[in-house]
Amino acid sequence: MRLTGAQIVIEALKHEGVDVIFGIPGGAIIDVYDALYDSGIRHILAHHEQGAAHMADGYARATGRVGVCFATSGPGATNLTTGIANAYMDSIPIVAITGQVATHLIGKDAFQEADTTGITSPITKHNYLVKDVNELARIIKEAFYIARTGRPGPVLIDIPKNIQTATADFDYSSIEIDIRGYKPSITGHIRQIKEAARLINDAKKPCILAGGGVITAGASEELFKLATKANIPVATTFMGIGSFPQDHPLSLKSAGMHGNYAANYALMECDLLIAIGCRFSDRTTGKVSSFASKAKKIHIDIDPAEINKNVIVDVPIVGDAKIILKALIEYVQEKREEEWLSYIMELKATHPLTYADGPTIKPQFVIEKLCEIVPDNTIIVTEVGQNQMWSALFFTHKKPRHFISSGGLGTMGFGFPASIGAKVGRPDALVIDIAGDGSFLMNIQELATAVENNIPIKVVVINNRALGMVRQWQELFYKRRYSATILKEVNFAEIAKAFGAKGIRVTEKEGLVPALYSAFEYPGPAVVDVVVEQEENVVPMVPPGAPIDQIIGGK
Amino acid sequence: MRHTIAVLVENKSGVLARISNLFRRRGYNIESITVGKSEREGIARITLEVDGDELVIEQVTKQLNKLIDVIKVSDITHDEMIERELMLIKVSADASTRSEILQIVDIFRASVVDVSPKALVIEITGDRDKLEAFETLLRPFGIKEIACTGKVAMVRHPKEIK
Ligand SMILES: Cc1cc2nc3c(=O)[nH]c(=O)nc-3n(C[C@H](O)[C@H](O)[C@H](O)COP(=O)(O)OP(=O)(O)OC[C@H]3O[C@@H](n4cnc5c(N)ncnc54)[C@H](O)[C@@H]3O)c2cc1C
Ligand SMILES: Cc1ncc(C[n+]2csc(CCOP(=O)(O)OP(=O)(O)O)c2C)c(N)n1
Repeated sequence: MRLTGAQIVIEALKHEGVDVIFGIPGGAIIDVYDALYDSGIRHILAHHEQGAAHMADGYARATGRVGVCFATSGPGATNLTTGIANAYMDSIPIVAITGQVATHLIGKDAFQEADTTGITSPITKHNYLVKDVNELARIIKEAFYIARTGRPGPVLIDIPKNIQTATADFDYSSIEIDIRGYKPSITGHIRQIKEAARLINDAKKPCILAGGGVITAGASEELFKLATKANIPVATTFMGIGSFPQDHPLSLKSAGMHGNYAANYALMECDLLIAIGCRFSDRTTGKVSSFASKAKKIHIDIDPAEINKNVIVDVPIVGDAKIILKALIEYVQEKREEEWLSYIMELKATHPLTYADGPTIKPQFVIEKLCEIVPDNTIIVTEVGQNQMWSALFFTHKKPRHFISSGGLGTMGFGFPASIGAKVGRPDALVIDIAGDGSFLMNIQELATAVENNIPIKVVVINNRALGMVRQWQELFYKRRYSATILKEVNFAEIAKAFGAKGIRVTEKEGLVPALYSAFEYPGPAVVDVVVEQEENVVPMVPPGAPIDQIIGGK
Repeated sequence: MRHTIAVLVENKSGVLARISNLFRRRGYNIESITVGKSEREGIARITLEVDGDELVIEQVTKQLNKLIDVIKVSDITHDEMIERELMLIKVSADASTRSEILQIVDIFRASVVDVSPKALVIEITGDRDKLEAFETLLRPFGIKEIACTGKVAMVRHPKEIK
């Protein structure tokens, strides 16, 4: 079949099973949009390319499939970059396709020319500048393969305008993928797996630390089997939230700077740490030299470069968490370390998460109420800041891919467009974006996208009239000098209405639950603007750079 | 410690940029980098000299390996290897100094590749110590220009980097 480059793009996407694309057209990608016009693939027009990238990202996190976004050259591509960097930091598979000026104009500072592959090379797993239409189909196939395999990540394909109009033969299924420099290890070394099992069988105080890689691998079931077979308590990283049910007795919930007491103490006290699909971020480990210093360490990760990057480990196992855990479980004996488990249970009992409730609306109260009333298939998406941490702490997360948040880059403005992408991918789920007023304003234009496409996401704004997380640091570490963190009050309910969405404002405690229900029942997008206490802090908190058992606040 | 790393890469535009980007972004120190063809079509060979302790070098090789266009990374520091660098030196030379310089050139088995009334251009290959010694001896005569390739290295037979 002889097709134009633009047609090749669309046909290749169909072969990849892509059912939706998020993007914004422009001169340098107009040919691809022309081919898209009657292709049958759904397109969601975003209102800022950053939004489009976050939508593709949210779609990928909610479904486990590759998210796809389009942008034009120059400003379209540069607008995508925050979204791409966000996906890169959290290892999320997206394929971004950008238009570029014609090949003969590259380097001439042509209209809307930007060095897209140069700009995105440090924030993509790989990228391509297509110079020959005959290579386009193979490049697209490789891009999807690279994005979703190994340690997933974003891949960008930059397609010059003349490549979109040139023609080539197209036979997608006959293209064989063989990339000399890319052969991810999957299975894990059996000797290492046996050694890990031996350590687990011998350990008196074992503790699991489950990260985002468990969710990527779809290994929650195996994690559950391992933990319950040998009765090992499970802490998660922030990105690992949902990999293990938080209502299970062995759950220690999340660890780290804003982690739970029991999780942090267990990590510091354990004699064997079994880290699975986590990258030992500074937010998880605190002062790295004292992190889990009494423990032998097993590290299961698909990326060899994660081994010994931040924490030196005793037994590294490189490969896919699901496959490795399956093998490992076979060699692990059933056991119960009673002394350790009763210490853990006591930790959990004596240090529950609490907050001082009062007559005004506390942010924690909002999250708790949400948790009480939402159905099981609810996807919680968050913005960044205090809202994000309260959503992590005060909601009981039970399932993988049901908590979606910008962990690595911490991108304000991620949550709302990501919730649109998540809802598009999971129409059966109730998708709620828990927002901060500062973050919501960063991509609020996507309300138009939600309304135009009638995507019934629900936004719950924790409206504290502050850049709360930064204000908290200023309160704790900068003598309450609130430099540039107090915001003018915005009425998000009115804004929602102006966009054509439902808007409800809540200023009294009693009004909260009825407002939430009426938002959930409304068939379209809805914003519940909850005016909360301004100076509430997220606790527990470990001061930056301190060991994770030096916890301030809370109990 | 200084390590010598041989890297086989896809001979595509942008590969060198990806590698130097990686070093800049992760804060690794490249002492020298040379690029040229390898024995196989489509594959280029890069020789890197990098400073760092074992953990840094472990990260350098792993991060290099993560680049899709990188096919193979070998730290050959501890192998028996041959290292060579090529240097061109333009040194002031007139009738009174020329013969003395030529003597040094002779001892080092370097060669004169251009002669003009006031200067000589000398080509020398060898390992870094030899080049440095040569440069030191010529300095008193007045070095006008130096151009240097950086190191290329190869492990002795029978081991091969493929
Ligand atoms: C305001 C704020 C506060 C934060 N506070 C905390 C905190 O208190 N605690 C905390 O932990 N984080 C916190 N974070 C998040 C933090 O920045 C990191 O994003 C997070 O710790 C990383 O989680 P992770 O280690 O699970 O790695 P991820 O970034 O999820 O990486 C996944 C890992 O799994 C590996 N992997 C991928 N696929 C597979 C597979 N198939 N098999 C095996 N391995 C695989 C990858 O190679 C990688 O190493 C905070 C973020 C923000 C914005
Ligand atoms: C794009 C971006 N800019 C700045 C920051 C730094 N930052 C981290 S949290 C935060 C405050 C967030 O405020 P808001 O969305 O209102 O949430 P709150 O903390 O009040 O819940 C800021 C400014 C960031 N993470 N992302």
